[in-house]
Order: sequence, then structure tokens, then C-alpha cells
Amino acid sequence: MAVMNVNPTRMQLTKLKKQLVTAVRGHKMLKDKRDELMRQFLDLVRETKALRDKVELELAECSDHFVNASAVMSSQALDAALLSPKQQVQLELGSRNVMSVEIPEYTAASRTSNEGDIYPYGFAFTSFELDDAVSSLNDVLPDLIKLAQYEKSCELMSAEIEKTRRRVNSLEHVMIPRYQETIKYISMKLEENDRSSRTRLMKVKDMLLEKAHGWN
Amino acid sequence: MAKNIAVMGDSESIKGFSAVGLDIFPCEPEEAASLLRHIADSDTYAVIYLTEEIYGVTEKERARYAERLTPALIPIPGVRGNAGTGKKRLSSFVEKAVGSDILFNG
Repeated sequence: MAVMNVNPTRMQLTKLKKQLVTAVRGHKMLKDKRDELMRQFLDLVRETKALRDKVELELAECSDHFVNASAVMSSQALDAALLSPKQQVQLELGSRNVMSVEIPEYTAASRTSNEGDIYPYGFAFTSFELDDAVSSLNDVLPDLIKLAQYEKSCELMSAEIEKTRRRVNSLEHVMIPRYQETIKYISMKLEENDRSSRTRLMKVKDMLLEKAHGWN
Repeated sequence: MAKNIAVMGDSESIKGFSAVGLDIFPCEPEEAASLLRHIADSDTYAVIYLTEEIYGVTEKERARYAERLTPALIPIPGVRGNAGTGKKRLSSFVEKAVGSDILFNG
């Protein structure tokens, strides 16, 4: 591992030691964050998978109903029946913070409270298959909205987990070893300087002593 | 803030959604990309459902909204049957987060 390009001084050493402490603490916290995010993400993904299976099954049923309806009605009549919808779904958009990830929360509200408003046509000239189709679709809707919320949350969380994992890895395998190496390098250099000045002093002392004794 | 829900796809698959209160945007795959950009940037929709066919051809546009809170772009199966796009999308999330797909075994 490469040693950082720094001067081997005592000041630099204390600075690096402080940085190492910060890096280690950051690493620990990010690791905790990653683990917790992962736990929540896996729970959510399992739930989402079950929900998607259910919704896809129900949607397939809805399409079957619509195929039935279009079989007994002309396509013009079908289009005309669905042309001007009465109902309008509005989503109240909220958000929740999970480990610093903003995930959406939808609350659905329809414009009119009358349940019959999902049928935008008179019943006289349409087939009952169309009624079936529309009502089955209306039944899927709450799940469909929940699915959107779950899948968006999964998407956002997976991106955040990836980011956090990268940070953890870079701290663990690059930053922290580099700090440790550099600290080791500086302390060894300082000790070496220390020893060399000590031997020099001893040498000088020897020379001085010799000089003093020699003249006696 | 109240927002609406949009559905994009071939008219055959999506026309029923207008009755239950969603806004429908029938389109052909060729024009889907520009339409999606138009709808998503209008900021009136919290969720946009795309049929699998449309979902497949709008990869570049979808990438722009992946990291944003709104809109959520969600694939749904159309009348032509289920190609498993939604499952693949979920498993790609797992793969991104965990490193390998541990839930779907694929």
C-alpha cells in the first residue's frame, strides 16, 4: 500500500492519527448504516415480490374480462363507453426517511366518493362483461398503488445501499490502511532520526573525553 | 401535494384504466420516449405505469428518473401477456444492493 506523500514530522503524525480515528469511526457508522439498510431492503423486496405476483395475476384476470367485453361489444361502442371517465384518482404524496433515504408514501383519494362512479356509461347499451372488467380493475387499484410505492422504495434503497457499500469498502480497504502505513512510516522515520542524533551525541562525547584525557 | 397517476401503453391494454380514474396515454413504441419525457417532466404525475412493451423501449428516459422521488415508473403486463419485466426489475435491484441475486435465484 502506498504511503502518502507527507513530511515525516511530529505535527503531521498527530494530524494523521486524528484523521485515522475519524476514518475508523466513520467506517463503523457507515457499516452499521449499510447493514440496517440491507435488512430493511431485503424485507421490503420480499414483500414487493409477493405483491407483484398478486398484482400481475389480478391484472391478467382484468385483461381477460376486457377481452370478453370486447368480444360481445363492438370496439366503437366499447371506446365510446369508456370515453369520458367520471372518476379521478389523486395521490397524496408523502415521504418517509429510512436511514437517510427518502422513500415515497402514497395515499390515494378519489374525486368522488360514490362507488358507482367507476362506471362512466349508462348500463342500457353496454354488456355486463364490461361492468365486470371495470370493477375488477377497480379492485386491483389499491394494490397497484401500493406496488408502485414499494417498487420505488426498493429502487431508491438499492441505489443508496450501493453507494454506502462503496464508501465502506473504500474506507476499509484504501483509506484506513493508507493512514496506518503512513503513520508507521513517520514514526519509524522519527525513531531513526532519534537514534542517529543519539549516536552522534555519544560519538561527540567520546571524542571530547578522548581529547580531555589525551591532554592529561 | 396531490398528484395524479398516468398509464402509458397500447390503447388495447390501458383503456380500462381511464374508467377507474387514471389518466391514460395511448401510444406506439416509436413515440413513447418523447411522450414519457413530456409526461414525467410535467410534474403532475406521482406514478406512471408503463406496459412492458413501452418499458422496454424507454430505457434511456427512465434512467433520468431513477434517482428521483417522483415520478415512479412501474412496468405492468399488457394484454399480450406477461414477459416478466417486473420480476427482472426487482431482481436487478437485489443484485445492485447485495452484489448477487439471492432472492430470485436467477
